[in-house]
Amino acid sequence: MVEMTLNGLMVKVEEGTTILEAAAFYGVNIPTLCYLEGLSPYGACRLCVVEIGEPGSAKVATSCTHRVEDGLVVRTHSARVMKARRMLIELYLASCPSSKIIQDMASNHHVTRVRFKQRHEDCILCGLCVRMCAEQMQGKAIGFAWRGSERKVTTPFDKKSDACRLCGGCMYVCPACRSRCQGPQAEQAVCNACLNLPQTDRNYLFFDNAVCEAMEPPGGAPKKMTNRGA
Amino acid sequence: MAPALKRFAAPEEVMKVRQSLEGRLDGNRPRLAICGDTGCTVCGADGLAAAVKEVMERKDPAGRLELKVTGCLGFCEQAPVVLVFPGAYFYRKVKAADAEEIVEKALLQEGPVARLLYTDPSSGKKIACAGEIPFYRHQERVLLDANWHVNPLDIYDYLARGGYAALLKVLGGMSPGEVLGEMKEARLRGRGGAGFYTWLKWELCRTRAGSKKYVICNADEGDPGAFMDRSLLEGNPHAVLEGMLIAGYAIGAVEGIVYLRTEYPTAVAKLDQAVRQARELGFLGEDILGSGFAFDISIVRGAGAFVCGEETALIRAAEGKVGEPRQKPPFPAESGYRGRPTVINNVETFANVPLIVNRGAVAYRAAGTENSGGTKIFCLVGKVNNSGLVEVPFGTPLRKIVFDIGGGIKGGKRFKAVQTGGPSGGCLPEEKLDLRVDFEDLAGAGSIMGSGGMIVMDEDTCVVDVTRYFLNFLKDESCGKCFSCRVGVDRMLEIVGGITEGAGSEEDLALLEELALVVKDTSMCGLGQTAANPVLSTLRYFRSEYLAHVREKRCPAKVCRALFRYRVDEDLCSGCGFCARECSAGAIGEGPDGLYLIDPAVCNRCGVCVEACASDAITKE
Amino acid sequence: MCKRPLEVEDVLTRVIVANGASVVTALQEIQNNYGYLPEEVLRAFSRKTGIPMVDIFNTATFYNAFSLEPRGRHQITVCVGTTCHIRGAGMLIEAVSRLLEIQPGEVTPDREFSLETVNCLGCCAFAPVMVLDGKYYGNLTAGKAREIVGRIREEAAEGAPEADEGESGGSREGVC
Repeated sequence: MVEMTLNGLMVKVEEGTTILEAAAFYGVNIPTLCYLEGLSPYGACRLCVVEIGEPGSAKVATSCTHRVEDGLVVRTHSARVMKARRMLIELYLASCPSSKIIQDMASNHHVTRVRFKQRHEDCILCGLCVRMCAEQMQGKAIGFAWRGSERKVTTPFDKKSDACRLCGGCMYVCPACRSRCQGPQAEQAVCNACLNLPQTDRNYLFFDNAVCEAMEPPGGAPKKMTNRGA
Repeated sequence: MAPALKRFAAPEEVMKVRQSLEGRLDGNRPRLAICGDTGCTVCGADGLAAAVKEVMERKDPAGRLELKVTGCLGFCEQAPVVLVFPGAYFYRKVKAADAEEIVEKALLQEGPVARLLYTDPSSGKKIACAGEIPFYRHQERVLLDANWHVNPLDIYDYLARGGYAALLKVLGGMSPGEVLGEMKEARLRGRGGAGFYTWLKWELCRTRAGSKKYVICNADEGDPGAFMDRSLLEGNPHAVLEGMLIAGYAIGAVEGIVYLRTEYPTAVAKLDQAVRQARELGFLGEDILGSGFAFDISIVRGAGAFVCGEETALIRAAEGKVGEPRQKPPFPAESGYRGRPTVINNVETFANVPLIVNRGAVAYRAAGTENSGGTKIFCLVGKVNNSGLVEVPFGTPLRKIVFDIGGGIKGGKRFKAVQTGGPSGGCLPEEKLDLRVDFEDLAGAGSIMGSGGMIVMDEDTCVVDVTRYFLNFLKDESCGKCFSCRVGVDRMLEIVGGITEGAGSEEDLALLEELALVVKDTSMCGLGQTAANPVLSTLRYFRSEYLAHVREKRCPAKVCRALFRYRVDEDLCSGCGFCARECSAGAIGEGPDGLYLIDPAVCNRCGVCVEACASDAITKE
Repeated sequence: MCKRPLEVEDVLTRVIVANGASVVTALQEIQNNYGYLPEEVLRAFSRKTGIPMVDIFNTATFYNAFSLEPRGRHQITVCVGTTCHIRGAGMLIEAVSRLLEIQPGEVTPDREFSLETVNCLGCCAFAPVMVLDGKYYGNLTAGKAREIVGRIREEAAEGAPEADEGESGGSREGVC
């Protein structure tokens, strides 16, 4: 066990856990979009940033990748963190407004406006689908391609992949997928797992609300991480 | 290829060969050094070297004169450049046709060819000796000095200059701890950008358990406008190899990797040759010089991605994977290449290591500031009179670099800003010119040292446009993994782009600043964390220029296309019509009085008409 | 660009023997041979090594040096480094772009020219710089660039003998 300071409280945490897991254990909810228990931490959505170190010389770090250590001082909801988090949520809203998870997050953080030009990119490149496919399904059917603002999730050469078993795991974990699948541009959807589904299945998944409800983890993805503490 | 070189089995053999090489690079030995660096080659140095060789074969069958094609001689503005010893005469803009005269004078030792000498613009006098030219005189060329003398393809040249003496010294009786102590005492800091203390990095790696460790040389020089690492590798590659060897000895590594930018084919070839020669002579491989220390170096060629300059991305790229950074910690010193403890340093950092060992830390530190020892190489480019490679001690004021060495602004224009640290650095205004160049001072002013790019801008450069340029660069070069860098940079670009198009508002400036601070705070790697610097530094020092764009919809430098127009001056227009013929947009037509007019609604501001106009009648307004 | 491409199998054998599992070096080798990365070769490489196709595709699209499309017979690269930018590289690109009717990153329909940009060639003293078939041109203006490209295009149209000097990474001589 190591001893660390979490939001001013001295707490004991099992060695090797991440700050995110430790916080969840003590009931502190840190928002995330790219973390899911069972998948390797990725550190891409940046929402889980926390301040570590003494005020004045504190650094900002992602709690999903940073492991606890003795004497670590963590503030999960400091002014600096909240300011950054709100800005990030605003950016998320500006590119993926139709995700219920992101909309809920915005309400929880009192993000009430978007000052950027509205886009409908949907995919936020959290990489959950890619990791789901590779790590849980041993599929390796979808992956990242290109770089920078061109980056996207796709199959090799944007073609139907033989490695895909149509398990739908990618869609199950996608924080934006449900709404995108109802979108008007379903044929060009970025989550290319859909490319691999036969036409009939695609329609079924897109438009059957019951299926969509079932794909939504109870209470939204972020809360799942508290399992470890239970 | 030359026959295999004889392997040295013991330090004494090296000493013996070195004695036999004495005088080889003596300043009094007649020789010509032709710059073989990319810049000079572009301007015809290859043809020049061939011509000189041909003349020498004819006029100097005895071989009294020696020809060396060297690495970058520094003063790129004057390319192609030739140095003649003895005397270190500096010839500029030399053509193949000048070969005859140069060789003749050099053979007769009759002094310099006057018409090829550099003219001091302030006094109008010709300067013969390179060292007296202001560009060189104000520098302290410790690392770059070798570039004047050494043929990078010949390891014996390096040996003749005392090369690998530092390695001998280290292997001959310094413990790894002592080597680290020297680096600490020398205040050597990483030249790649962040300025981390080299000894600390090495110490972290040395104390890690595990027998397999790696030394990586970061030669993925991606900053636009920076080529000092290339110049070192192309001019004096063995210094870098020797530095890596010493690092390997200090941390207990047996393998080194140079990760080299693919856009530098010449550097790859020269380094490859250097590694091969070092291996043949026994400076690399098993049981080096009979000491029992084993170390070898391989070269990995990059495939073109700026982000691979970031150390965690570089490690992944060197492993042959996608060069995406990952969150630190763990640091490479704990878990690096193939998960092993790894030291990554920049080319220039390694090149400093043999110097420190040879001279001793105290002597080395005599140059520099109290926190940063030694010199730093900068690439001084942009709207400055003397573009080139500049080496000065840490702590040198910017003004000295830009004006004394750089010779001020081209065309007598006014200085506006100097941009340091590449795309993730900042733009510093005139009032910051007395800043000492140092990691802390630059950071305090909102810029960074970076790897040493220094781009000078004049009054005709629009800082908002330059900021847009950098953001556009970073948008393409961000790996796209982390949201704040990928989307943050894209959105900053959207805002700044809007401003350059005259669509910005004052609220946009506030939003831009707020966003920039968040991107700086929350990005995963150095690329994103510094991506905000161009925005923040220009907002800080050039807010009035931004305000002119958003309030008055005016671009003071007349660069942003939406905010200026071309006009034909009726008093100057001769009615020749060249402009209309060249205009591909069809925006220029003949007016009723036979003079030409530009329709601003059709004109796309390409500027071709300005070039075409023989009477300089077309101006921006 | 490439001489005679080797058979897929030969290339792969050579690539795999020489490089083990490094995808980047393997792709460099493939690109050297074909001038670009043909889909069927990448797929064969994946089958042969067991490296998942997604990883290969990710690598192939991540780095600038790789191209999934064949390039033009004449390659034009305009440097867009900072110095070139402030000395007018944008105008060069526009001029060449308009002349050839392609954007950077594209190839003309007749596969004669491809236009690319590079972030810095390190010859900032001669900015702006353009490279055409391995030959460097410095201190350019939009007009000069158009003239140079136009000349090559005319030669190509007249069926003049192919300029053979343009071997990749080839001659660095140039004009400034």
